[in-house]
Formats: sequence, C-alpha cells, structure tokens
Amino acid sequence: MPQPPEKTYSDQTVLMLAVRDRRDRAAFGLLFDYFAPRLKGVAMRSGLGSGAAEDVAQEVMLTVWRKAEKFDPHRAQVSAWIFQIARNRRIDLVRKENRPIPEEIKMVDRVEDDANQILAMDQEATQLKLALNRLKPDQRALVEKAYLGELSHKEISDQTGLALGTVKSRIRLGLERLRHELKGMR
Amino acid sequence: MSQITHHIPESMLIAYAAGSLPRPFALAVAAHISLCDDCRVGLGAHEAVGGTLLNEQPVQMVSDSMKEALFAQLDDTPLPEPDPAFERSGVFPGPVMQALNGKPPRWKSVGGGVRQTLLHWGDDGSTRLLYIPPGKAVPDHGHNGIELTLVLQGAFSDETGRFGVGDIEVADDTLEHTPVAEPGAPCICLAATDAPLRFNSLIPRLLQPLLRI
Repeated sequence: MPQPPEKTYSDQTVLMLAVRDRRDRAAFGLLFDYFAPRLKGVAMRSGLGSGAAEDVAQEVMLTVWRKAEKFDPHRAQVSAWIFQIARNRRIDLVRKENRPIPEEIKMVDRVEDDANQILAMDQEATQLKLALNRLKPDQRALVEKAYLGELSHKEISDQTGLALGTVKSRIRLGLERLRHELKGMR
Repeated sequence: MSQITHHIPESMLIAYAAGSLPRPFALAVAAHISLCDDCRVGLGAHEAVGGTLLNEQPVQMVSDSMKEALFAQLDDTPLPEPDPAFERSGVFPGPVMQALNGKPPRWKSVGGGVRQTLLHWGDDGSTRLLYIPPGKAVPDHGHNGIELTLVLQGAFSDETGRFGVGDIEVADDTLEHTPVAEPGAPCICLAATDAPLRFNSLIPRLLQPLLRI
C-alpha cells in the first residue's frame, strides 16, 4: 500500500523529522521560535526569573537538537517529547541524585516510518486539544497545574477528579494501537 | 507480564509525568513501568496531555542573543554521553539496578528471617528492597504517609489482597497491614515511603531508628 505523502503530517512533525533525518537548521529554527517562548513561560510559572527561565528554555532546545535521533513519531508527538525533556530538566535541577529512568523498549528496526501510526499520533493530539478546550476555566486551571508540576499527587487525586474524567476518555483514545505496538517490540 | 492486576494510581502517573512525584515514589513508578505495558502506555498518554498544554502556554519572548548563543553551540557539538542505562539483572528492573549502582543488593537482617537493603533514605522518604522468606510476615505496621510496595519475585498477601510479580500495592495511613509471603520462592519487593513507618509492637519500634525504616 502506498504511504501518504509526508506533508499530511502536522507541521511540528514534519519539522522535527527534518531535524532528525537531515539535521536541518532552518527547521530547528522554526521549532525554536515556537517552543522556546512557551518553555520559558512554563519555567516562569514555576517561579523562575526571566533570565533563569530563558536558560532552561535554551538547555531544553539544545537537548532537542542533540537527541533528535531519539525522537520516535510512532510513540510520541513532538510536543509530548519536548514536554518530557523539559520535565527531566526540571527534576535534574532540583535533585542532586540521579533521576530514576524506566527501562527503554527496544526501538523497532524500521525500513521506513509507518505513516499511518504517525498520523494517528497527530490525530490524538488534535483530539486532546479539543477535549482540553472543552473544560470549564477552573477545571482547565487545575489540569494545567497538575501537568506542569504545580500540584502534589495527593492534590491531583483530591482536586482534579472531575476535570480529569472529562479528559480521560480522550486520553485513552488511540492508545490501544500504541499498546499493540509495544507488545510487538518485546 | 499479563497477570499484573495492581497498577499505579492515575494521580501518581500524572505526577510522575509532571515530574512532581517524590523521589522514592518515582523510583517505584519507573520500576513498575519497566514491567507493565499498560502503565507505560498510560504514561505516554499523560505526556501527550502535557505536550498539548505546552503547545497552548502563553509565550514569553526570548532574547535574540539567547537564540544566537544556542545556534552557535549547534556546530559540531559532540553528543553527550548517553544516559547511563542500567539493564535489568535477574528480578531487578533497570531503575532498581540504577539505585543499586549496578551492584547486587547487600542484605541485612531485620529479624524474623526478613532482610532488607536500603536504597535511599532522606527527607523525602525512603526506598528499600525487602526479602521475605516463604510464609514469613513483615512486622505489622501502619504508615504516617503512603507506602508503595512493588513485587519483584514471589508473591505476598495481606488484608487487601494478593500481590504477584509486577503488582504494586498502595497503602495509605489508614491501612494497618501484615504482608505475608506465599509458600514457594522468597518474596522480594521494592518498598517506597514518603514518611517513616509506624510499627505496632515495641521491639521493631525501638529498632526503627537503627534500621532507618
């Protein structure tokens, strides 16, 4: 079956694949222009000053460039992958000891990318965005605090039940496919 | 692996995705995810939510000089050493081997045939490995905070149910329980707490400061 052309992927995915496969600086520049101001915003939310927040954004984007070959569009959207890098960076800043790292699943040897799987991940992101935008403002505020590291796990379980219930059906969307994918890699 | 029936609570998986889980729990979650595809998929889903929220964050303008400084570093940057990836060894998942610094556990007796290896002890709680001979019990205890117990070998049962390999028990301060190892192989667990345990009998209570549990 012929693969759909790459341009049906989201802009972020197309740019990140250009960085991954061709070390494309222009593409990286566009990703930087989009993500660095948002990463700085998240860092400032957590209490950092403008200068320190900018340093964090810079380090995260440098990691995006250096680890680009580890980006796997079959398993995570660009935004989810960068979210992980930023999360890890934040933990490393506050902890002296090593961060526990789950075992990695072996990468599948792919001759070429599986376009359908990548498109499914992009579609999941679209669905998630719609679900989040349907939340009431106070629910939305709680969900943001939970995912951006501003609530303890106890506060998450006490306070966000309703909001998460709304998002949860969407969270689970498309995950069966991912689960099959994982099973195939063992 | 398909028999895992006790999973990470959703709120902890979100806190792990967000990076706000105390270190002892983060180790237990990382170890469970290494054994459990369901929770690995769940974590991926929560990270997708995090990515979506990142996309929608208000922007804070960054300086041109920062961008120039970053691009200057893209030239021929040698790739940093890869993360020290610890591999599974026997019953111990990668994150536990990481906490052991790649060495086999050094067991110390805590009485009743039960042995432990302390992995981490600090203000944010503790993690340790427990070795419980078949049919033996961990001393009856309650918790000031929450205790996570992940089974790595064998199985145990307590007042709340049966826990086999890969299962994780979440015990809060309302639970007074006595985990008993099943007959057969010794039960080896990873136990993580965010506060000291509270033993009900005098001797373990007196030993607690010495054992750091």
